[in-house]
Amino acid sequence: MAKTVIAYVSRRLTVSLLILFAASFAVYVIFAFLPFDPAALTCGKNCNDPGIIEANRHRLGYDLPFFTQYFLFLKGLFFGRSFGEGAALINCPAPALGYSFQEHGCVTTLIGEALPVTFSLAIGAIVMWLALGIGLGILAARFRGRIVDRLSTIFVLIGTSLPTFLTGLLLVVFVVIRWRLIPFPSGNYTSFFENPFEWAQILLLPWLTLAFAYAALYTRFVRSSVIDTSNEDYIRTARAKGLSEGVILGKHTLRAALAPIATMAGLDFAGLLGGAILTESVFNLPGLGRLAISAVTKYDLPIIVATTLLAAFIVVIMNLIVDILYAYIDPRVRVS
Amino acid sequence: MTLLTVNNLTVEFPTPDGSVQAVRETSFQLSAGETLAIVGESGSGKTVTNLALMGLIPKRTANISGSAIFETQDGPVDLLSIDRDELRKYRGRDIAMIFQDPMSALHPFYTIGDQIIEAHQVHNKVNIKVSKVRTIELLEMVGIQGAATRLNSYPHQFSGGMRQRVMIAMALVNNPSLLIADEPTTALDVTVQAQIIKLLDDLSKEFKMAMILITHDMGVVAGAADRVNVMYAGRIVESAEVRDLYANPLMPYTQGLLASVPRMDRPHTNRLSTIPGQPPSMIALPDGCSFNPRCGRKSEVSGSRCEEQMPELTPRGNQHFARCFIGESS
Repeated sequence: MAKTVIAYVSRRLTVSLLILFAASFAVYVIFAFLPFDPAALTCGKNCNDPGIIEANRHRLGYDLPFFTQYFLFLKGLFFGRSFGEGAALINCPAPALGYSFQEHGCVTTLIGEALPVTFSLAIGAIVMWLALGIGLGILAARFRGRIVDRLSTIFVLIGTSLPTFLTGLLLVVFVVIRWRLIPFPSGNYTSFFENPFEWAQILLLPWLTLAFAYAALYTRFVRSSVIDTSNEDYIRTARAKGLSEGVILGKHTLRAALAPIATMAGLDFAGLLGGAILTESVFNLPGLGRLAISAVTKYDLPIIVATTLLAAFIVVIMNLIVDILYAYIDPRVRVS
Repeated sequence: MTLLTVNNLTVEFPTPDGSVQAVRETSFQLSAGETLAIVGESGSGKTVTNLALMGLIPKRTANISGSAIFETQDGPVDLLSIDRDELRKYRGRDIAMIFQDPMSALHPFYTIGDQIIEAHQVHNKVNIKVSKVRTIELLEMVGIQGAATRLNSYPHQFSGGMRQRVMIAMALVNNPSLLIADEPTTALDVTVQAQIIKLLDDLSKEFKMAMILITHDMGVVAGAADRVNVMYAGRIVESAEVRDLYANPLMPYTQGLLASVPRMDRPHTNRLSTIPGQPPSMIALPDGCSFNPRCGRKSEVSGSRCEEQMPELTPRGNQHFARCFIGESS
């Protein structure tokens, strides 16, 4: 058993690494063949001095052939990388993802600052939407056609139609300003380890905003999954055994009905970690999404490459985790 | 001793197109230890009859009327009128059921041990170890090799026939007085079918258990049943001891069914005979006898009686009943 698990995980890891390698290449190709001169972008909008541009080009290695550049990029990931020489030497330790001339810093450092923000946003939101979506979905399925189900349908309709930026603004306008239910999140993002209370206070509205949209989707999904599973023959068997409705729902129906939720939640979580662009922008959170969007507006190519690659990395890793988890949940998957 | 008395059982499913009368005014009795086969085409009401007895038809989807007095360990109860919560006490303990497709009838995420132990635990306040011992005993009884280790296997790790054995073990774990087997061999290989029927037959004798065997396979009926109820369009059309039914089928539908079975003792060059036409729509049944549009013998009845009047299920001697004007002694 343990042996097959190790074999399975290592096989999946190998495939994941190959996928990441392919993804990094694809992203780097975009970088290299986009009709922008990355070196020209390094010295600002009104910079016309070809001397500075050429110097920067050389310093950042943009004068090297494509494959050499790509190789240096990969090498930097594992061994770190330095740009320039002498007094202007910049050292980016491994895993180095490049140097941003717009932000004046190693991309890895910038990401290292943004990632915890996005992670905090995503983790709180997923807890909320899973609790709400699963709970409401089960209730709606259990009392199908009754008032709870009708109300959940309305919730689903609103939740799936409202874009997050609008939900976020509405929450700010009503919950904070009109009704004063929550004090206005004052100040900047605070790390959980610095002050957990302030962390939660600042993130509460963004969590609600994200959770609202996702919870609606999950409610709909859980409802139909529970209803489908209730019609399975093995649920009829459970009933024929004389089990109570509570045990049938809690043990037999939900185990099967919620298994696909693990996959869905894993991938949605990965998607959010890649950057919740709108929510971060509305609430002014310095997360990955905002880093990426500001990089796009400023043509900050090293950051664009890095954030894209990071998003791919997260999706691949989450996929792996979800698959392993799924094998644990569903014994039929283990054999193949 | 009479174990089960079903009286005027009617099951209707209201649909937007009209009411589907799946089972109509069905009455029959079952003695302790007796095996009753219910045969008929798909949609003849045989499965619905038994799901109704088990209380497995959701109340909001159907109108169920009639009575079904069943002798439980706690005395007689009417399965059709008692509260569903109370019925739960008897399900799995006094009446157990096995289903057509053992793959989908077992929960794919739990080991077979878990599932059988659970069935024992729900009706017995005993230590889980006692349930486990009982489970192993049952698995051995149904012929599963290495039962103690197979306990930890999942349903998908068994073949179809083995899964049905697991279902049987699960059904018998509480020593029920009645087992309802709904087409227990239909989803299985032909080679396995006979084994399962023999197993059910042996176990029903060993456990002194009555059995309702739902099937459309007349071969299965001949091998295992004491009595046979033939159902057509929601009604019992003939009921007899199994030997008597084979020797002397009275209703033209039963005659058609028996003629359509391939026989080893007849010249095999003959083509199999069929019953012409299709089973009627359960929403719009023909007037008179439900079988009359397909009946090849209605010319033997004077006038258009078959098209106008539903024949009653009348005794024909020797515990034999038939719903047909032909041979009726009136």
